[in-house]
Amino acid sequence: MNVVVCVKQIPDPAAPQSLDSEHRLDRSGKLILDEADTYGVEVALQLVEARGEGEVSLVSMGDATDVTGIRSALAMGALRATVVSDPLLRGADALTTAKVLAAAISREMPDLILCATESSDGYTGTLPVQLAQLLDWPALTFATSVVVEGDTVVVHRQTEDGFDEVGAQLPVVVTVTAGVVEPRYATFKGIMAAKSRPVNVVGIADLALDIAALDPRQDIVAVETAATKSAGEKYVDDGEGAARIVAFLEQIKIVSGGAS
Amino acid sequence: MSVSNLWVIAEPSGTGITSTSKELISEARRLGASVTAVSWGPHAASVAADVGAYGAQRLLHLGDLGAVLPGSVVAATLATLLNNESPEAVLIPASNDGRDIAGRLSAMLDAPVLTNVTGLRAGASLETEHPIFGGRQTVVARFRANGPGLIVVRAKSFVAEASSDGVAHIEDVSPTPSSTRAAMIRATHVEEHSGPALEDASVVVSGGRGLGDAASYEMVQELARLLHGAPGASRAIVDAGWVPYSHQVGQTGKTVKPDLYIACGISGATQHMVGMKGSSVIVAINKDPDAPIFSISDFGVVGDVHTVLPALIAALKLRS
Repeated sequence: MNVVVCVKQIPDPAAPQSLDSEHRLDRSGKLILDEADTYGVEVALQLVEARGEGEVSLVSMGDATDVTGIRSALAMGALRATVVSDPLLRGADALTTAKVLAAAISREMPDLILCATESSDGYTGTLPVQLAQLLDWPALTFATSVVVEGDTVVVHRQTEDGFDEVGAQLPVVVTVTAGVVEPRYATFKGIMAAKSRPVNVVGIADLALDIAALDPRQDIVAVETAATKSAGEKYVDDGEGAARIVAFLEQIKIVSGGAS
Repeated sequence: MSVSNLWVIAEPSGTGITSTSKELISEARRLGASVTAVSWGPHAASVAADVGAYGAQRLLHLGDLGAVLPGSVVAATLATLLNNESPEAVLIPASNDGRDIAGRLSAMLDAPVLTNVTGLRAGASLETEHPIFGGRQTVVARFRANGPGLIVVRAKSFVAEASSDGVAHIEDVSPTPSSTRAAMIRATHVEEHSGPALEDASVVVSGGRGLGDAASYEMVQELARLLHGAPGASRAIVDAGWVPYSHQVGQTGKTVKPDLYIACGISGATQHMVGMKGSSVIVAINKDPDAPIFSISDFGVVGDVHTVLPALIAALKLRS
């Protein structure tokens, strides 16, 4: 069973973020592997290990000047990566990205595609299902557990108040939530092996994609500073912290006045 | 130009529709549009009463879809219907099924989709508001192309307001068979919980990584119980497996707007803030005086949750 995991290199979410002059997320700093993608890589590795055959490969879109983030997913155990990188794709929207990834993945025809439910930089969260539709595959979304039984994938799909058990026949796109598994740490051996694993960088022309169809179709009208509430009182606890909170809750009438 | 015609995906829940669906219908009506709701499931008549009460004139109803995961078939049917009609936009709740429908429909129509929307503006054209960087800035966007814009709206972006006792006119629609192999729901598991639901509670007490370990979350539950509220959590401790996802507040979890939100050991990552910054009053307890959560708190205590929470719980128990 061959599994493709869609991964993305993103600006470090812990670092200060800003928009560039074209209202796009500034991606000029160092990029790292989106932590949300490590769960998909781990699930893929476990499924292939359970099957005892097949391989895990990676597909990504974005700047390929530095592929350290991609290599960190290879170090976990994926065997190779395809990165679609093209200046024409700057600012591509989710549907365009889905078309690009669909074209790249079509060359591999895997049995299963794994994605995070959403990236940690854009949070659009529609790409995996767009990708499924472009390939005419079922999508099992928001999965907290994934098993393959014969030619059927069965997942626990998160709901507002629990989960549904949902199944579909391979090939399938599955989106996994963070926390679904414990992503393995790359071993020294894995890190060394990853250095020699192929990272195939391709452009739009290599995928025979129609560039006119990649033109984004929404405009950013404005970026405004949101009205935010100013910080209220801040009290450094010297043993009276709890009492201060109780007094505050009385003041806003969440709890009624003194017990005495 | 004002907005004349909007469609809203009215997601079924029980015998009616979800609260986010009600919020979207209410807002579509406020924008002055004629509102068409699209829904499915076994309860067409009571759904028609629900969507009518919040302001839809018309209900396109696909009937009972059985155990099929609705994304593909609802999107395929919408794509067929949109061949003949051209609303300015389709408003879709940012639920799991709503996001499935939006993604499918986007690819079927070759139309972009705008997600994480928390506000709508009817100016020269319909514009959408998207909070970024934890809500510090708002991006305003609009569709460049003609044809219906697909807009995925976060829960609690608008107030649901019943406007009439009108019942929407039901038009039965035969589902368009989707060419995609179906995903089937085999079983449903509901987690038991006591007390108010997180998204409806007037008080929410949430815990984060500052709790140190899973066992300390019991203090958060206890405090929530004493205040007749619901316990919530940051993504960090859900990912760590301390509490189930259904407790998660934030970008990838639930949006809450309680009268009082108490953040315990939560630093205030943008991912979390976007889900709770609309709370009326915010109280934060955190060891780090520079934690971003204090910047939006009405009352903050710089201190250790392991000393402040037990004292707070003891003080409140004396009063109950």
